[in-house]
Amino acid sequence: MSLFLIVALPFLGALLPGLMNSAGRAACAGVTFTFSLAAFVGLLSHAPAVFAGEVVQTGVDWMPLLGLNFNLMLDGLGFFFALLILGIGLLIITYARYYLSRKDNMGEFFTYLLLFQGAMVGIVLSDNILILLIFWELTSLSSFLLIGYWKHLPEGRQGARMALAVTGMGGLAMIGGMLILGQIVGSYDLSVILQNREMIQESPLYLPALILILLGCFTKSAQFPFHFWLPHAMAAPTPVSAYLHSATMVKAGIFLMARMWPVLSGTTEWFVIVTTAGLITMVLGAVIGLFKHDLKALLAFSTVSHLGLITMLLGTGTAFGAMAAVFHILNHATFKAALFMSAGIIDHEAHTRDIRRLGGLRKLMPVTFVIATLASLSMAGIPFLNGFLSKEMMLEEALHTTLFGSPWLVPVMATVGALFSAAYCFRLISHTFLGPVRDDYPAKPHDPGFGMWGPPALLVVLVVVIGCAPFLAEPFVKMVTASVLGTTADVPYNYLKIWHGLVPALYLSIVAVVGGLIVLALFKPLLRAWDAIPRPEAKVIFDALIAGCVSIARAVIHGVHNGAFSRYAAIFAIAVVTAGYHAWTTGTIAAPTRTVQPVDPVSIGGWLMLVVATCGLVFLHRNRLLSLILIGIVGLMVSVAFVYFSAPDLAMTQITVEVVTIILLLLALNFLPNQTPVESTVLRRVRDGAIAIAGGLATMAMAYHYLLRDAVTTPISEFHLANSYKGGGGNNVVNVILVDFRGFDTYGEIIVLGIAALLIYALTETLLNGPVRARLLNRLPDQPRAGDMHPMMMVVLTRVIMPVVLMVGFYIFLRGHNEPGGGFIAGLIVSIAVVMQYMASGFSWASARLRYPYHGVIGAGVLIAGLTGIGSWFVAKPFLTSDFTYVRIPPFEKFELATAALFDLGVFLAVVGAVMLSLESFSRLARRAHVEDSDHPMDIDPSRELNQEGV
Amino acid sequence: MELLVASAIGILTAAGLYLVLRLRTFPVILGVSLLTYAVNVFLFSSGRLKVGAPPILSDATNYTDPLPQALVLTAIVISFGMTAVVVMIALGSYLGSNDDNVNDPKIETEEPEDLI
Repeated sequence: MSLFLIVALPFLGALLPGLMNSAGRAACAGVTFTFSLAAFVGLLSHAPAVFAGEVVQTGVDWMPLLGLNFNLMLDGLGFFFALLILGIGLLIITYARYYLSRKDNMGEFFTYLLLFQGAMVGIVLSDNILILLIFWELTSLSSFLLIGYWKHLPEGRQGARMALAVTGMGGLAMIGGMLILGQIVGSYDLSVILQNREMIQESPLYLPALILILLGCFTKSAQFPFHFWLPHAMAAPTPVSAYLHSATMVKAGIFLMARMWPVLSGTTEWFVIVTTAGLITMVLGAVIGLFKHDLKALLAFSTVSHLGLITMLLGTGTAFGAMAAVFHILNHATFKAALFMSAGIIDHEAHTRDIRRLGGLRKLMPVTFVIATLASLSMAGIPFLNGFLSKEMMLEEALHTTLFGSPWLVPVMATVGALFSAAYCFRLISHTFLGPVRDDYPAKPHDPGFGMWGPPALLVVLVVVIGCAPFLAEPFVKMVTASVLGTTADVPYNYLKIWHGLVPALYLSIVAVVGGLIVLALFKPLLRAWDAIPRPEAKVIFDALIAGCVSIARAVIHGVHNGAFSRYAAIFAIAVVTAGYHAWTTGTIAAPTRTVQPVDPVSIGGWLMLVVATCGLVFLHRNRLLSLILIGIVGLMVSVAFVYFSAPDLAMTQITVEVVTIILLLLALNFLPNQTPVESTVLRRVRDGAIAIAGGLATMAMAYHYLLRDAVTTPISEFHLANSYKGGGGNNVVNVILVDFRGFDTYGEIIVLGIAALLIYALTETLLNGPVRARLLNRLPDQPRAGDMHPMMMVVLTRVIMPVVLMVGFYIFLRGHNEPGGGFIAGLIVSIAVVMQYMASGFSWASARLRYPYHGVIGAGVLIAGLTGIGSWFVAKPFLTSDFTYVRIPPFEKFELATAALFDLGVFLAVVGAVMLSLESFSRLARRAHVEDSDHPMDIDPSRELNQEGV
Repeated sequence: MELLVASAIGILTAAGLYLVLRLRTFPVILGVSLLTYAVNVFLFSSGRLKVGAPPILSDATNYTDPLPQALVLTAIVISFGMTAVVVMIALGSYLGSNDDNVNDPKIETEEPEDLI
């Protein structure tokens, strides 16, 4: 089965359970199980190749320029983890089917679980670190969803947030580390990175990359000082704790350390950081775990402790350490998942996980007792169970490790860790199962059905089989170790066996077990002492930290983003001017390369008009109607400037847009107050004036600067000028650029225009159907209305002129390819012609004669433009490739037919539709506010006289 | 000539900025329109100024840069669409609350020093 399919199957499966809730619990669990099983079988189909030492690879280039390739690989290490994820996943799915109650939304649970499974398989099969990062974040997210699955529990929500914050921050750090690593090697492909040990370790960026990546690993794998999130994640349903927070997800950090082992390990930095963190975590987790009364909390700290143990082994950087780590990952996954499931069974049956309320369950739950006891003893390191084997290998490795110059530090600490580990295992067995049967359990405990004890039982069988016959697991462990080590070292020769002779590790093991029993015997006084010692509570510190961050963020946000729009605008303007000033003063300024063009009186006249109108606008802006006239003058002068500086198309566009904008603002002004009141203080006006003048001077300086200098590189316009006629068949280069060279841009822009118009329409609808409707209906016009609303002269004139204007529009459209004009301008001209009908003859009259709704016109325009583009696919050309030809139909002259004209037609329709829809929406508001206007155009309003008398 | 265009851009920008900093919606919309003119002329002039050389192919050999013109042409039309949306939003908020202040009224009353 393709590796892609193995990764994709859980994701595909995730779509189903959420939708299948009504099909029943069995169906949900069944479909989840089927998809996992399919992926599992697919994985196993690669087993022969992997055992033969091959690396199965597959991939597609996604964004090769960025080094982002969707490459997957399956080697021994990936196979091992995928086997754990999918294999234990199958057991967990079965268990969860019986664990979740009828009140729980099972489909949702299995959807999250499959999402997690897919993400996790993705991590272990990735051959590209960027892809790995994506899957890495996905596991954090799905873990968040699963921890918070019981949304009604505050612990669940808080635990989920904490887990996401800690692992998410670590993930961010890791992104940085991975990017550095990719920069050092020049490739983001894992198989390439793993070949470049020397290059990475000699790079000065090795240490930052190492620290950042380790931050990601330590947060994910709950290493000190980031261990605190894992116990809080226990608020999740127990299947999740067993699956994510003991067997798989928390091992992702360890997986990554093992994956990067060939290139990152072996240095002093790696050794000191990883070994120390692992050692502290191991001892700390074991000590805290002993004193926890909640079964799941105890197991959570024991998981923290065992993760520390594995980290410590990887930190030593020796081949034997790596092999012990691999073996312990396997063993820990088996016994810890079984223990979590047992804890879940006890919780499920006795309705409590508090050890102080349990005891004597041996007689009531014999099956669970056997499973939990075997798993616990394995964790404690008792011979003939698999935990013993790897723990002894760990002690052996510890004896050969010298940290901070002391050969005793690591063995002593490791023994202490093992001792406490044994102690909490013994406590779990004796305080839960041994002792007299009590009569005050919250519920009557009994063994559950097979569906719940079967999965942990299967794991315990593995625990015993590996424990008694380690040679069965040996080829597998060595194969995985070989792929961890890569080419850096050979797989150690040591055999996995129970009896190594009277070696020092055996003595340490005995010390640990005996010490554990002694600690258990002294548990009561120890607990009193433990409770008496003040300890820092991680959650309190974490919450205080978060509260501090929130208050800082709030202070900053409220300082700059307080709901005062003027403040944002001022901050923005000042920031831009300051940045520009900085660039101006620190950069180098080239000498002018262009000569100043002479000034003629006409342009001075135009300039004066523009300046006077603009200044007048500033000083007279409180009179809103007057300011509209003034801004019209400004727009007119800008159009004139376009004509003057050889841009006829721009001038035509500007002047037509000007007309529709003024109409639009007039329609709006109909509702807004006619005057702007004086509100701001003089000081504020001076301040705003200073900001405005600074901004104006800066813009002027920059514009003047570059107007006197040629472009730094040759503009691409030469290409457009040279190819406009040859390739585009048009003499008007601006139009050919719009409809041909940059047709895709234009296509996007007409879509934006259409969306803007639809947005206006939607806003109008909302307003008209909301509370504003009543206000509009009751609103009295603030100015006396014209007696003759539709003056006869204007009506006649606009109706006569209509065909003429349409003709002009048609002409402008047709000639656009070779002369100034084109779809945009023609669209605006036609819109003005239609708007004139609305203005002169009234809304009702015009709407009654409207044959096509404007939405449809916009849609037709975009569709025509799009279809023109798609048409080029049929001749195997890219989207929007244009073509043209010349035809001659007597008695006409030869003329040109171009697909670009069809595209321009789309532009034309979209512009007409968008402009008309906007203006129509505004006038619909106006219509709502006034008396119904009559269908008859030339009407005299008799109420006018009355109104005036009333005033 | 260059100075005339540059100063026109500067004056339009300054006036636009000043109006954008006003407290009512209508002057802010006018200010944004002025800024639009300024930006369009600014972009247009990045093709440098040439008199009497429109980019319409003919027997002449001297043409101005057509690319900024094409970009500004669509910018003009789009800016109409955006102005219309902003006007609609301003109108909606005025009709809804009978207040055309651009700033959150709560802030203005809570922090009177903000007026300064």
